[in-house]
Amino acid sequence: MRKTIHKCIWVWDFDKEEKWLNEMAAKGLALVSVGFCKYEFEDCEPGEYKICMQMLEKNVSNPESQKYMEFIEETGAEHIGTFKNWVYFRKKTSNGHFELFSDNESRVRYLKRITNFVIVVTVLNILVGAYNVFLACTFVSPVNFLGLINILIGILGIAGMIRLIKKRRRLEQESQLFE
Amino acid sequence: MAHTALTEAVYYILLSLIEPMHGYGIMQNVEELSNGRVKLAAGTLYGAINTLLEKGWIVALPGEKNSRKKQYQITEEGKEMLRAELLRLKELMENGNRILEEEQNEKNHS
Repeated sequence: MRKTIHKCIWVWDFDKEEKWLNEMAAKGLALVSVGFCKYEFEDCEPGEYKICMQMLEKNVSNPESQKYMEFIEETGAEHIGTFKNWVYFRKKTSNGHFELFSDNESRVRYLKRITNFVIVVTVLNILVGAYNVFLACTFVSPVNFLGLINILIGILGIAGMIRLIKKRRRLEQESQLFE
Repeated sequence: MAHTALTEAVYYILLSLIEPMHGYGIMQNVEELSNGRVKLAAGTLYGAINTLLEKGWIVALPGEKNSRKKQYQITEEGKEMLRAELLRLKELMENGNRILEEEQNEKNHS
């Protein structure tokens, strides 16, 4: 049976998203497709799959991204779906361990990539929001909710950024002692 | 040439590629060699393979016609890096053993 869940998860909460998807899989609902704030699940044996997701550097249709996805599939994982630059994989837990990053260095590099993306999104939202609010103030147009929403997203983005940076610091500190 | 430590992942990947192997084979081989201790993740392995190819420490073998899976093998340069790493590990082992033994002996005498 298919089950669709609409849920919006912020980019900076990507680790929480993966955790949630794995909790669903543990309960017997395996992710089968993804879209904008939309997740589709199908019944599976509880704990049958481990799910991993990742933001790729380049668009999914880029040959480099394709090569990467092929490589991951060759290791026994299944490609579930993609949304923008985000790609979702699953692997049967009976086929062994599944993770995309196994050392601090690659985890830190990945976190940097996501942080940069969040910075761009945050700055854009704040700029656009400030501009819209400014317009609303000067032209006595009706209250501009859109601008306020942009600013709100920007503020959330800053909180997300701080969370990501703290997470990276912790990893970097650890890598002074361990590989 | 000044030589710093190889990462555990790179060390075991190079060691695996003494024989031609594809990506998944490397993951399985490394896990087996280390008695299940080192589990290379697919994304990390992908990055490491690309860097090793760029450095010329491994090469991609021309694939078989009906197989999409690429196989890799170590180069002479890669073997050189392994030998240098073994020397470094030997030094670490010898120093560690010697200093801990000396300390143990001093304790026993006093």
